[in-house]
Amino acid sequence: MSNIAKAFQSGKAFIAFITCGDPDLETTAKAVRAMAEAGADLIELGIPFSDPTAEGPVIQAANVRALRAGTTTEKIFSLVRDLRRDVAVPMVFMTYANVVYSYGAEAFLSTCAKIGIDGLILPDIPYEERAEFQPLCARYDLDLVPLVAPTSADRIARIAREASGFVYIVSSLGVTGVRQSITTDIGAMVHLIRENTALPCAVGFGISTPEQARDMAALADGAIVGSAIVKLMAEHGREAAPYVADYVRRMKDGVRQAD
Amino acid sequence: MTNPRGRFGVHGGQYIPETLMNAVIELEAAYDHYKNDPAFQAELTALLNDYAGRPSRLYFAEKVTRDLGGARVYLKREDLNHTGAHKINNVLGQALLAKKMGKTRLIAETGAGQHGVATATAAALLDMECVVFMGEEDTKRQALNVYKMRLLGARVVPVTSGTATLKDAVSEAMREWTSRIADTHYCLGSVMGPHPFPTIVRDFQAVISREIREQLLALEGRLPDAVIACVGGGSNAIGAFYHFIDDPSVRLIGCEAAGRGIDTPETAATISTGRLGIFHGMKSYFCQDEFGQIAPVYSISAGLDYPGIGPEHAWLHDVGRAEYVAVTDDEAVEAFEYLSRMEGIIPAIESAHALACARRLAPTLGPDKIVVVNLSGRGDKDCAAIARYRGEDIHE
Repeated sequence: MSNIAKAFQSGKAFIAFITCGDPDLETTAKAVRAMAEAGADLIELGIPFSDPTAEGPVIQAANVRALRAGTTTEKIFSLVRDLRRDVAVPMVFMTYANVVYSYGAEAFLSTCAKIGIDGLILPDIPYEERAEFQPLCARYDLDLVPLVAPTSADRIARIAREASGFVYIVSSLGVTGVRQSITTDIGAMVHLIRENTALPCAVGFGISTPEQARDMAALADGAIVGSAIVKLMAEHGREAAPYVADYVRRMKDGVRQAD
Repeated sequence: MTNPRGRFGVHGGQYIPETLMNAVIELEAAYDHYKNDPAFQAELTALLNDYAGRPSRLYFAEKVTRDLGGARVYLKREDLNHTGAHKINNVLGQALLAKKMGKTRLIAETGAGQHGVATATAAALLDMECVVFMGEEDTKRQALNVYKMRLLGARVVPVTSGTATLKDAVSEAMREWTSRIADTHYCLGSVMGPHPFPTIVRDFQAVISREIREQLLALEGRLPDAVIACVGGGSNAIGAFYHFIDDPSVRLIGCEAAGRGIDTPETAATISTGRLGIFHGMKSYFCQDEFGQIAPVYSISAGLDYPGIGPEHAWLHDVGRAEYVAVTDDEAVEAFEYLSRMEGIIPAIESAHALACARRLAPTLGPDKIVVVNLSGRGDKDCAAIARYRGEDIHE
């Protein structure tokens, strides 16, 4: 069983995203520890990229801050080594294909395995291009988590059948960011996924309130939140950890109500 | 030339968010249908000829030839097309295709503004809504084109993210497309991005080399010894190269923007300074740092100010079929002024990069040789910027 499966073992999962190095890596370390203690079941560590084409303005700005602070892939590997001394919660990297490719896929993925990363989310690697990294991920026991979108339609079955880790359901059209409401028929997507895989699925994009998290987790196996956390990081900077912890606690409570 | 899923050697592919996958699959299916549909081709040819003014002239630049004292220099006059550049060839094709697909809205990125103006033009003609994304930096460099797009009924969105230039306009157009797909076609302006765009755009631009071939055979009874074109993403260059790829006697030379020089950070010469990567939907060469962060590139030319190159060019480079050379701002500006005085033709600063290369090459060849320069656009849009470059502050 992959380590990611543990995130879904004790009921509905709350999955938290943070951009590494925003505003600096010391703050990221504090925030990750705070989120783990506050009940996050899985943590997505964003490796900043200069041109994050799937992100809305909030996470774009976090990428800019992190890169300006001198964050590099190498320094993020060190951060994870440090975190893994006391943080047991499953952790995945969320980044763009070029960050992995340019480092050298084999070097990048073998390092991930060595330092205790459990998987990867790469929004610019669709099903058709999974051969770019999937075989290497398999060799190093890393889950390459696939995404399905409201436009995926007939593709969902195929994607779910070859998924690993969990299936990331993109809730709405467009890029990451807070939304007033989610109008996609998530239930129908979940149904198709469950017909084709035993793996869990979680919904992300646009979720910011405990009520939204509860509703989405009720339909799937978990809820994913990124921009709302990154917003707190932007507001509170180096002092953000307690605010993020408080937020994660409330969101986890929301998700629990769906159990 | 195209492998499954749009591979050119290792280059190309479809590295895009899942949200867009069915849109590009639908586009590929529609294109595969209409490219073989005689009615569609007849409609497109009529638009290209009667509306855009094709075929464009192949002009023997006699004074340039005499002055350079070597090969005979011909200019393929894409600058004489409606809207003043080669961009209209691709835009009319894609807009017509989008219309057949039932789309009512076109979005586009633009650097120098030429592709944006062409897209706004086609949208006006075909009664479609149009939104153009343009780096804020470029809206300043190309203010006249911004006005033209608005005049044609398009909405221009200045992009402030990143370096606020062409690559950021592409990123923003992609983001917009993921948020609105059902009624919207992304009219990509170069031979780049995810499959099938590099193939579709190349096919629509290949009319340039088809005409050069016919025209030169009629004028000189033979093929050229070299075809020279500027390369940003590479659409005018692939258009000028395509029908000569299988003729090894024809040298194909792409001119990248070196900016202030390929040994400085202020350059946009991808083949000279980039390395293999994955960005904007494709695997190709990109200017990037050691951790894969895309470099903030620079060129005086807003149209060549892009950190990547189309996948077919990357492949032509790999197999040695085409040569890619770097041309600095200084050389391009000199060529811009040279052609204006020598032939009374003001070239786009993009096309001036190709002319600069011809000025180097022609004198080294004998008078029995023939060089064709693809004059991809006209230079009216650049006059204010070149004046500023020469220290003269004029207002448009």
